[in-house]
Amino acid sequence: MTTHATDRPSRRASAKGPGAAAVLRYFGVAVIVVYCLAPFFWMVVSAFRRPSDQFQLSALPRPWSTANFRAVFKPEVGFGRALLNSLVVAGITTVVTLVIGTVAAYALARLEFRFKNLVAAVIIAISMFPPISIVVPLLKLFTDIKWINTYQAMIVPSLSFALPLAVWYLTSFFRQLPAELEQAAMIDGCTRGQAFRKVILPLAAPGVFTTAIITFIAAWNDFIIALSMVNKKDMQTATVAISRFTGAYGFDQPYGTQMAAGVVVTVPLVLAVLAFQRRIVSGLTAGGLK
Amino acid sequence: MNGRAGRVPSPRVRPVVSSRLIARKTEPFMTTSAPAAAPPHAKPAPKSRIRRAHRGEGRLAALLLSPTLLVLALVIGYPLVSALRGSLYQRGEGLDANGFVISGEHFVGLRNYTDAFTGANGSRFWNAFGNTTFFTITTVVLETVIGLAMALIMHHALRGRALLRASILVPWAVPTAVSGLLWRWVFDANGIANNLLGQQILWSADGWPAKWAVVIADTWKTAPFIGLLTLAGLQLIPAELHEAARVDGANAWIRFRKITLPLIKPALLVAVLFRLLDVLRMFDLPYLLVGNQKYSVQTLSVLAFNEANNLHYGPAAAYATLLFLYVVIVAYAFVKILGADLLAGARTRTPARRRRSATRPLAGRGTPA
Repeated sequence: MTTHATDRPSRRASAKGPGAAAVLRYFGVAVIVVYCLAPFFWMVVSAFRRPSDQFQLSALPRPWSTANFRAVFKPEVGFGRALLNSLVVAGITTVVTLVIGTVAAYALARLEFRFKNLVAAVIIAISMFPPISIVVPLLKLFTDIKWINTYQAMIVPSLSFALPLAVWYLTSFFRQLPAELEQAAMIDGCTRGQAFRKVILPLAAPGVFTTAIITFIAAWNDFIIALSMVNKKDMQTATVAISRFTGAYGFDQPYGTQMAAGVVVTVPLVLAVLAFQRRIVSGLTAGGLK
Repeated sequence: MNGRAGRVPSPRVRPVVSSRLIARKTEPFMTTSAPAAAPPHAKPAPKSRIRRAHRGEGRLAALLLSPTLLVLALVIGYPLVSALRGSLYQRGEGLDANGFVISGEHFVGLRNYTDAFTGANGSRFWNAFGNTTFFTITTVVLETVIGLAMALIMHHALRGRALLRASILVPWAVPTAVSGLLWRWVFDANGIANNLLGQQILWSADGWPAKWAVVIADTWKTAPFIGLLTLAGLQLIPAELHEAARVDGANAWIRFRKITLPLIKPALLVAVLFRLLDVLRMFDLPYLLVGNQKYSVQTLSVLAFNEANNLHYGPAAAYATLLFLYVVIVAYAFVKILGADLLAGARTRTPARRRRSATRPLAGRGTPA
C-alpha cells in the first residue's frame, strides 16, 4: 500500500515531464526506426523508379513506375516459377519438420528418460552446424544418385537446420503449458497420446503456428543449398533466381529489377512476421492455469 | 521512472518492497514451474518415487524421438562422416603403384589438410580463415553493442513500441540473399552510400572497403535481432530491483552495471553465441555483396563452395571439415569460458532454470492485483 501511494506521483511526473530524458528517448526510438527501415525503404524506392532513372537519388521516385516489376514477371525471366519452387521447398520442409519435430519436442518437454540432456544438447548443437559442411558431401551424393535439380535435393538438406530449430522452439512452448492440465486429462481417463492430441496440441497451437512461420522463413531464406543443388533455371528458388538476374547491358547489374524482385520476395515475409509478432506475445501471456 | 522522483519514498518503504518481492518470487514454485510429473507440493520427494512415476517413459521417449534422430543422422551424421572420408581423397589423374594412369578418386591421406595449412592452397586457406575470424569478431562486437543499446531504448520507450517492434523485425525478415543485393546496390560506385559520404569509394572492388561493406550489411541485419532477444531478458527484471537500488542512491550507470547487465547476461550470452556461430559460416553476404572470387571477403564457406563447384571435392571437404572443427572449438570455448547456458531451457532442473522460471511470471503478469 505504501509503495503505491508514493509511487503514483513519481510515475505521473516522469510520463508528463518533457525533460531531456524524454527527448532523448524519442530520439533513440527515431534512430532505431531509421536504422532498421532506411535500407529497406531504399530497396522499395529503387524498385519503383523507371529503369532509366536507376541512379536517381531523390527520396521518392520521380515519376513512379512499375516497369521493374513488369520486367521481373516477364515470362522469359521465370520468376513466377522460382517463387513457386521456393513455396514448394519451404512449405514441404515446414510440414515435415513440424510433423516429426512436434512429437520429439513433446518427449523433451514432458517425459523423463535417460540421456535427455544429451539428446537436447545434440539437437541444439546441430542447429549450429555450418551448412557448407553438409552441402559439399551431399552435392557429391546427389550427383551420384541423380537428385540434382530436384525438390528433394533442396528439402532434405533444409531439414538439417529447420528440424533442430523447430524442436528447440516447440520444446520451450510445450514447457510453458502447465503439466497439471495433462495430468488432469489422464486422471479423467485419457491415455498419454490422447492427452497430447486433445489437450496439449490445441493449447500449443499458437506456439506451433509461430514455429511454423519461423521454420518457413528460415527455409524460404536459404541460399547456399538451393544454389548448390540446382543448376537448371526451372528448378531454382526465388533467392537464387534474383542473384542470377542478368542486365540488359551485358555486365551491368540490373539493380532495379533485383530490387523489385527483392520487394516481391520480402514483403510477404514482413507481413507474416508482423502477424507472428502478435502471436508470440499472446502465446507468452496466454499460458498458465486459469 | 526517473532519478529525481525516485528518491522521494521514505526508507520505511524498502522492507515492504523486498518482502513482497520474495513472496511473489516463491509463488510460481507452487503453481506452474514444478517438474513434469511430480506433484507440485512434493518437491523433495525421494528419488525412488520419482523414478516409479516415470517408469516406462523411456520407451515412449525413444519412440517419439526416433524420427527426429533418424532424420538428423541422415542429413547431418552421414554428410559429416562422408566429408571426413572425402577429405582424404583427391580427384583427378594420378599414377598408381605400377605407374599406370588412374583417373577418378584416389586416396591421398592427409594431403588435403597439409595443402591447406602449408602447401599449395596455404595462402588461400589462411586468407579465408583470417577473413572468417575478422568478420566474426567485428560483427559480433558491433552487433552486441548496438543490439544492447536498442534493447535499452526499446525498454524505456514510452510511445511507439508497436512501431519499434515492427521495424526491428524488418531486417531480420529480409532474406540474407536479398540483403546482399540490396547492400550491393547501396554500395555501388554511383550508389547512395558514396553519395551521402561524398566519396568515391569502390566498395565492391577487392580490399578493405569490401570487408567493411560486408560487416555493415551483416550488422544491419542482425543487430536488431540481438536487441529483440535482449529486450526479452530486460523485461524479466522486476522494476522493484531498480527502484530499490535507486532508493539506495545508485545512479543509472551503476544500476546498469550491477543490476541490468548481470540479469540479462544469460539471455545476452545465448544470443551472442548464436550470432558467433552464424557468422562463422557466413556465405550469402560476401558471395552476393562483393563476389565469390574476391580474395578480401572470401570466407571458409565461400572457399569450400568454390572448390566443390570446380569439382575439387577433396579440398572442399577438407575446408568444410576444418570449418566444422573451428565452429565446435569456438562454441566449446565460449560455453566453457563464459558459461553460456544453452540448455537452460531444455534441462529439467538446474539452478539457472529454476531462477528463470521464478522470474518469468513476474514479467508476464505485470503489477500485482
